[in-house]
Amino acid sequence: MARVNKALFWSLFAAGGTLTAFVFPALAVVVLFTAYGHPPDIMAFEQIHGLLSNWLVKLAAFGTVALALWHAAHRMRTALHGIGLRADGLVAVVGYGIAALGTVLVAYYLLRI
Amino acid sequence: MAYVRPVSKTTWYLAKRSYTVHMVQELTSLFVAILAFILLWGIGAVAGGPESYQAFLDSMNSTGMLFVMWGVTVVMFYHAVAWFSVTPKAMPIQRGEEFVPGSLIAGGHYVVWVVLSVIILLLAGVF
Repeated sequence: MARVNKALFWSLFAAGGTLTAFVFPALAVVVLFTAYGHPPDIMAFEQIHGLLSNWLVKLAAFGTVALALWHAAHRMRTALHGIGLRADGLVAVVGYGIAALGTVLVAYYLLRI
Repeated sequence: MAYVRPVSKTTWYLAKRSYTVHMVQELTSLFVAILAFILLWGIGAVAGGPESYQAFLDSMNSTGMLFVMWGVTVVMFYHAVAWFSVTPKAMPIQRGEEFVPGSLIAGGHYVVWVVLSVIILLLAGVF
């Protein structure tokens, strides 16, 4: 069981790392423009609502946000172990718990659009 | 019993440059999480309708978020470069007897990354 979990969390970490490496820099730029008060065209409500109404986009958005969270949870776990925190069980429960909650939330939000 | 050199549990990664780089790369995940939560927040705001979405845009347009987003943006570019540079080690590809050169695997990922980023920015209307 432990070995299965290890492989599962590692695959989520690797998939999330690759996906975020491909799309997060560009998405960060879009959000950065928004933070400057110059949101790109896509950030207008009608535009983003229309985009997220598409089922393929919903699926892509779900995969991106969920995998990013699982990637971060797993990597923060190894990083915290690396800086000397030895409460690995607690770190794993809290980290993966937050990732699981985020996964459910993003699915819920996307289904309401 | 063999002598075991004492190693600090909290500062070992400062002893060697490659360890420090590894630790810095681990910490990029904090910024991945920040952007993931901002996207989650934004998607939730869209689901809540035009008014909640406008409130999200207003919250984003602040000095604090500007600092956060500069940090996130810079770290995300670093994460991408660092991630693809180790991809050949994590995912070596064998062709017959030989391994495909690591530079080719990393290079291929960089090309796809640049093309994908340009497409996203074009579709978003950044330029």
